[in-house]
Amino acid sequence: MTRAILKRLISMLLSLLAASLAIFVMLQAVPGHPADFMLGLNAQPDTIAALNAELGLEGTLRERYLDWVGGMLRGDFGTSYTYRVPVAGLIADRIWVSAPLAVYALVLTLLVAIPAGLLAASRRGRASDWGVMGVTQLGIAVPNFWFAMLLVLLFAVKLRWVSAGGFPGWSDPAQAIKALTLPAIALALPQASILARVLRGALIDTLEQDYMRTARAKGLSRRATVVRHGLRNAAIPMLTILGLQFSFLLAGAIIIEKVFFLPGLGQLIFQGITQRDLIVVQSVTMLLVFAVIAVTFAVELAYTLADPRLRRA
Amino acid sequence: MRLGAVLTAVFALAALISVVWVPHDTAVLTIADRTLGPSVAHPFGTDHFGRDMLSMLMAGARTSIAVALLAVGIGIVLGVPLGLAAAANRGGWLDEVIMRGNDLIFAFPSLVIAILITAVFGPSAVNAILAIGIFNIPVFARVARGGALPLWTLDYIMAARVAGKGPARISAEHILPNIANLLIVQATIQFSLGILAEAALSYVGLGAQPPTPSWGRMLADAQTMIHVAPQLAILPGVAIVLTVLGLNLLGDGLRDALDPRLRRVRG
Repeated sequence: MTRAILKRLISMLLSLLAASLAIFVMLQAVPGHPADFMLGLNAQPDTIAALNAELGLEGTLRERYLDWVGGMLRGDFGTSYTYRVPVAGLIADRIWVSAPLAVYALVLTLLVAIPAGLLAASRRGRASDWGVMGVTQLGIAVPNFWFAMLLVLLFAVKLRWVSAGGFPGWSDPAQAIKALTLPAIALALPQASILARVLRGALIDTLEQDYMRTARAKGLSRRATVVRHGLRNAAIPMLTILGLQFSFLLAGAIIIEKVFFLPGLGQLIFQGITQRDLIVVQSVTMLLVFAVIAVTFAVELAYTLADPRLRRA
Repeated sequence: MRLGAVLTAVFALAALISVVWVPHDTAVLTIADRTLGPSVAHPFGTDHFGRDMLSMLMAGARTSIAVALLAVGIGIVLGVPLGLAAAANRGGWLDEVIMRGNDLIFAFPSLVIAILITAVFGPSAVNAILAIGIFNIPVFARVARGGALPLWTLDYIMAARVAGKGPARISAEHILPNIANLLIVQATIQFSLGILAEAALSYVGLGAQPPTPSWGRMLADAQTMIHVAPQLAILPGVAIVLTVLGLNLLGDGLRDALDPRLRRVRG
């Protein structure tokens, strides 16, 4: 089992290495030098050299790559070209919007998907099953940013219950959560639709197993067999999908933040792109990739622990 | 499935027609006619620049479908041979290299990287196609390999080998036709995901650039007008939903129709 975990750990580290190389190389292809962009056309050569030194833009490609990766390992994400402050600080400010949003959406996803999946699977072929399948089919097809706009249209423009966007900060947690509610709902809709369908499929497969009939024969109620045996066995495909969905949740959050003008990591990336603040783009992207790879690793670990059959891989 | 086929056909037809004809030129701005309601001349009204919404939607369908279709094409052209090669070499180093490479691409959050690619190389339809297409490669490689593996153990493949055919020829002549069903179903799924991805990219301004109409861009424009002309935010979204819904239903239907084993109980 230690071997299995070690193998996964090594493959995770390799993925991270490849990802950092890919991102670094890609951003080298951007035309123009940040110093030229920041100082304008009439800059003196020595000013440019000094700025390059300050921004860590001197030296060979390999030195710069190693500097960047080494810095990130120590928590130093470089210095923003435009704001002249550490990128780590910018990330720390923004992550308090993006991370709670992702978690909020995840919680909503589970709260909707589990009951919906259970309902559809246990009433298979009946009206409630058709209802769940129909709604989720639609939920998968709706782009979350458009759904977000519809929510704004209804709750902010027509009903005026909430403001159309922006984030008041965490000093008043109730207001902060209120500001994140519509974005979280928009993010959760496609996720919950996919998860409910996967759960239904997994449950139906499980319910057909012989041990389910045994459990019923032993006198367990239908509800108890579904919850105790069905849900537990459906947990592995659900975990897999949740892990896969996490990357969509992150990417989705970037887009949703734009709809609601939330000052999160997505906004930081788009600002970085428009201002040619490449170190910000580079470091934030790497952080997101790291988050996805780490979650994938955690999910694999979780079901290696949950399912004895997988320990021998 | 019938509904899916009809929806897909309607949007494909709208896109095709828009290549030769749209009711009103989408490059002509008539500010005086902005945000008109539905009328005989403009059945879906006009947008904030006075452009005909029906024409915009038709041209947007063309953009979406072209981007998603070409991205699927990249995935098939590069992914399927890789998957077939991996299956022909099953257990060997080539298989290992191809599959590890696949895992690596899968590990990336695709939309984040697509945003990065279009941001670095400049926003354009071509870069959107490449950014979406790259992530289709491992999908098709995996489906092709998974479908091909069990076939390699069958007697008729053995017969072909005895007849002196090499792995490449067997893959092309005997394996490929037998996994075509799987690939067609996967292509519909990736097509619908591609439409969603293109919409997201052009919504954030990284897809097709104006004056090329695209559904995502129309929604982004509509958002700035949401207090003045909320109706503009509805139709492009409905178009996206119906197209994606149509493709998904078509994909589900094709899967069931092409694989008799699935016909039994799964609803």
